[in-house]
Amino acid sequence: MERTTIDLWFGAFVTAGFVALTVLALKVGNFGAERATETYRVEARFDNIGGLKVRGPVRSAGVLVGRVSEIHFDNTKYQAAVILALDKRYAFPKDTSASILTSGLLGETYVGLEAGGDDKKLAAGDRITLTQSAVVLERLISQFLFSKAQDDGTKK
Amino acid sequence: MLKRLRKPLITLGGNFINGVWRVGLMARFFALVLASSGPSFHRFRLVRREVYFSGVLSLIIIIVSGLFVGMVLGLQGYETLQKYGATESIGVLVALSLVRELGPVVAALLFASRAGSAITAEIGLMKATEQLSAMDMMAVSPMSRVIAPRFWAGVISMPILSALFSAMGVFGGYIVGVVMIGVDNGAFWSQMQAAVDFRYDVLNGVVKSIVFGIAITVIATFEGYAAPPTAEGVSRATTRTVVSSALIVLALDLVLTAFMLRGEA
Repeated sequence: MERTTIDLWFGAFVTAGFVALTVLALKVGNFGAERATETYRVEARFDNIGGLKVRGPVRSAGVLVGRVSEIHFDNTKYQAAVILALDKRYAFPKDTSASILTSGLLGETYVGLEAGGDDKKLAAGDRITLTQSAVVLERLISQFLFSKAQDDGTKK
Repeated sequence: MLKRLRKPLITLGGNFINGVWRVGLMARFFALVLASSGPSFHRFRLVRREVYFSGVLSLIIIIVSGLFVGMVLGLQGYETLQKYGATESIGVLVALSLVRELGPVVAALLFASRAGSAITAEIGLMKATEQLSAMDMMAVSPMSRVIAPRFWAGVISMPILSALFSAMGVFGGYIVGVVMIGVDNGAFWSQMQAAVDFRYDVLNGVVKSIVFGIAITVIATFEGYAAPPTAEGVSRATTRTVVSSALIVLALDLVLTAFMLRGEA
């Protein structure tokens, strides 16, 4: 069988198609895993994580310092256990506090870290004990309405 | 009054009956193409040649327009999302609209005007210059030698082109969103990956583009095959190919989307 340039083009074309589909599957879709950067994993427990998702960002002072690598439900304490993969370049004190925050009213949910004053640093496998759960907007509004109604009641 | 209406009514009815006739003919033509597509696979060389002409040569227009469509989506999306402080979602917007809708549909429209028109003109001219009759005389079936390879080439090329279009579009959105505007790179990809599902979004887009590929090539080959063997006939057939495949693609898209979204809910 003789080989022609058209065969070469056909092969390149089909390969390009497969590459494009793979890119769509792996990079755009949820078909693959995260690229490996040097990280260490710490755990934090929350009463309520709100809309936090795996691969969501972890920020400290607004800077991205890691990603959420795992979320599961702890059935003994009835809390959400969140594993954070933090960048090896950043070390945090032992008494760092973690809270679930939202960027803007409708933005994505992320974990905010606030450094404490301890001399010892968090190491891999440690647990962040000071945590603050997600603010549930509906609860906040109902609290506001309730206290407002109470105020109005006492004024009269 | 009735006398004056008589002639337009006759024309209208004639056009309508003619249209129905064409649809029936096209269905028979489609069946015939499927029946005589055996040689396309025995001698895959024929299909490969047509993939080169209708697929590979459409690459430039597909890649460039995909890039631009993605960039425009990025800019427009940013403009709106900015108001809600949700600019990180720009990746989701660009990727979902490309993978679900714009990739298959715009690639199909480009394919119809770039490759479909060429197929019609080529086959129409072959008929006008009696090449098809000559093949018949030599006991070579023009159906399996000329038309079926072009049909299968379209069916193969369309999903590849649409995947390339979507991938380039996402890249264009990345250029505008992350490189130019400065949305966080991690959030751009992570939100996109959280929102785009491989099965429901990417594979459904591929299914759509295969259906569009079948529709466009059947229309293009049929119009060429049925064209009156004159210069005017071929030019009209070419125009009709582009117009009717664009309409069919958009109509099919509505039907397919309705099916696919129902499956998801």
